[in-house]
Amino acid sequence: MSVVGSIAGKVRKKPPRYSAAGLLSKGLRGGEWPRVWRDVPLKKSYDVIIIGGGVHGLATAYYLATNHGITNVAVIDKSYLGSGGSGRNTAIVRSNYLTPEGVAFYDRSLSLYNSMTSDLNINVMFSERGHLTLAHSDAALRTMHWRAEVNKLQNIDSSVITPEEVKKVVPSLNISDDAHHPIAGALFHPPGGIIRHDAVVWGYARGADHRGVEMHQKTEVLDVLCEGGEGPDGKGAGGRVTGVRTNRGDVSAPIVVNCTAGWASLISDMAGVRLPITTQPLQAAVTEPVKVFLPAVVVSGSLHVYVSQTDRGELVFGAAVDPFTNYNVRGSLDFTEGLAGHILELMPGVSKMRLLRQWAGLCDMTPDYSPVMGFTPVEGFLVDVGWGTYGFKAGPVSGEMMAEAIATQRTPELIDAFKLSRFEDGRLVGEKGAAAVGH
Amino acid sequence: MLLVPCPNCGPRNASDLRHVGESVSRPDPNSASPAQWRQYLYIRDNVADWNTETWYCVRGCRRFFKLERNTATNEFRNPPMPGNKLGGKA
Ligand SMILES: Cc1cc2nc3c(=O)[nH]c(=O)nc-3n(C[C@H](O)[C@H](O)[C@H](O)COP(=O)(O)OP(=O)(O)OC[C@H]3O[C@@H](n4cnc5c(N)ncnc54)[C@H](O)[C@@H]3O)c2cc1C
Ligand SMILES: [Zn+2]
Repeated sequence: MSVVGSIAGKVRKKPPRYSAAGLLSKGLRGGEWPRVWRDVPLKKSYDVIIIGGGVHGLATAYYLATNHGITNVAVIDKSYLGSGGSGRNTAIVRSNYLTPEGVAFYDRSLSLYNSMTSDLNINVMFSERGHLTLAHSDAALRTMHWRAEVNKLQNIDSSVITPEEVKKVVPSLNISDDAHHPIAGALFHPPGGIIRHDAVVWGYARGADHRGVEMHQKTEVLDVLCEGGEGPDGKGAGGRVTGVRTNRGDVSAPIVVNCTAGWASLISDMAGVRLPITTQPLQAAVTEPVKVFLPAVVVSGSLHVYVSQTDRGELVFGAAVDPFTNYNVRGSLDFTEGLAGHILELMPGVSKMRLLRQWAGLCDMTPDYSPVMGFTPVEGFLVDVGWGTYGFKAGPVSGEMMAEAIATQRTPELIDAFKLSRFEDGRLVGEKGAAAVGH
Repeated sequence: MLLVPCPNCGPRNASDLRHVGESVSRPDPNSASPAQWRQYLYIRDNVADWNTETWYCVRGCRRFFKLERNTATNEFRNPPMPGNKLGGKA
């Protein structure tokens, strides 16, 4: 398909590509860049409505259009695209998970990230700089060995290294025995790294828009409309979805996908689908920029802290989720205090650096630290949720798999383990050991 | 920072307590079906509104109690109620 999408009868010309030459000429001649996606009126009906304009919703729309030719699709967000976790995360990408299901799944995402800059024609600045998960105890080291073996079986580059080898990878780390929690070793994962998360979000939005998908920002879903279900208003098991009610009116669709992460249980409740999810904020912070000295991503589960350095030179820090459920994204002093103390233990050299900003985003935590994906007891209502603190890296593969599920009406093999019914069957996919602090 | 009104110790920083979670009633383990049991274990309302939750005062009186908190604004209302570690009805 060379000519993409047809809007209100008019065939759209193929939009201009981003290129170095284009950047140079714009830089010299000035002038506005064209809008990245169109602003079009909200229609009364679509083939597919996707609630949530984060990386998951946008990637689902993109792969529906590119892989399956389904383009009569609306992505609806109550705020702006990327306003949720997708614009607030610390952009760590890796595949060294603990369960075979998790490893295979995240590895597919990593390979999609690898070719993304050319696939989406936008520079996503994927930097495969290596990912270190420190162990400070024999128990932690044992989990690292377990992960390394699971990883190796699936051809993932992942191994346990000694404190001396850790020091070679990241010279600024304190590996002495005098530390309160000395470093006992680390799980080293060379393909892990960081990425420019905004570019991923915009790239998927732009790619989907070029193929005819519509983005509707400032459009809040107030209710999910259903019929035939056992609950009130035809919602719940046994029924089917017919559309959504928004602040801009009702819109009908036979398929509605919930990609709202931290808000996922509120949206699912509107369809009468109960989820095993609690919402907890996760905080992050960034320092002033300094000369680049930190070559890899460093995570310490026992110290509840992780750090990486951006190409601009800022240190980006994060920790575990806030200790109570809550829909409020205010930062706390507890977080910065804990963070500073633990980082100084690992890297005493950064004691003079100043924090520039701190922020938080909502995370949809599941009991087993694995997502909930696919069909629900309400026909046509699908979920792609439970992304907790680790879902950014999963955006591409989730989009690909959700699009396949919608197009074929079957659950793809790669996400079969993540279905909602696993909580009834008691077949949990325990990823806590690989996802509680290292996101 | 969140100040949690402990009935015994007064307002304390949330980091002195453990948030056990939304209070749910525990079915009788002898008669509950697997489905009811898993519902109790995993499924939560997770509202962005007033909710009743169980807290444990780890660094204070070491008692469990229940509080009503608005999870969107973090306000508390009504006096604490007795709770237990299973999070259910006292
Ligand atoms: C501080 C922080 C650090 C993180 N670090 C990492 C990391 O290093 N690596 C990693 O892989 N993951 C990380 N994550 C997790 C990751 O950010 C999320 O899992 C991921 O972005 C979820 O994407 P999403 O598209 O599912 O949801 P989101 O990006 O959260 O998008 C959900 C959207 O739904 C919209 N919405 C909500 N309610 C409604 C409604 N009623 N109507 C319409 N729209 C609605 C919201 O406005 C929002 O835009 C981090 C998260 C945070 C907060
Ligand atoms: Zn107390």
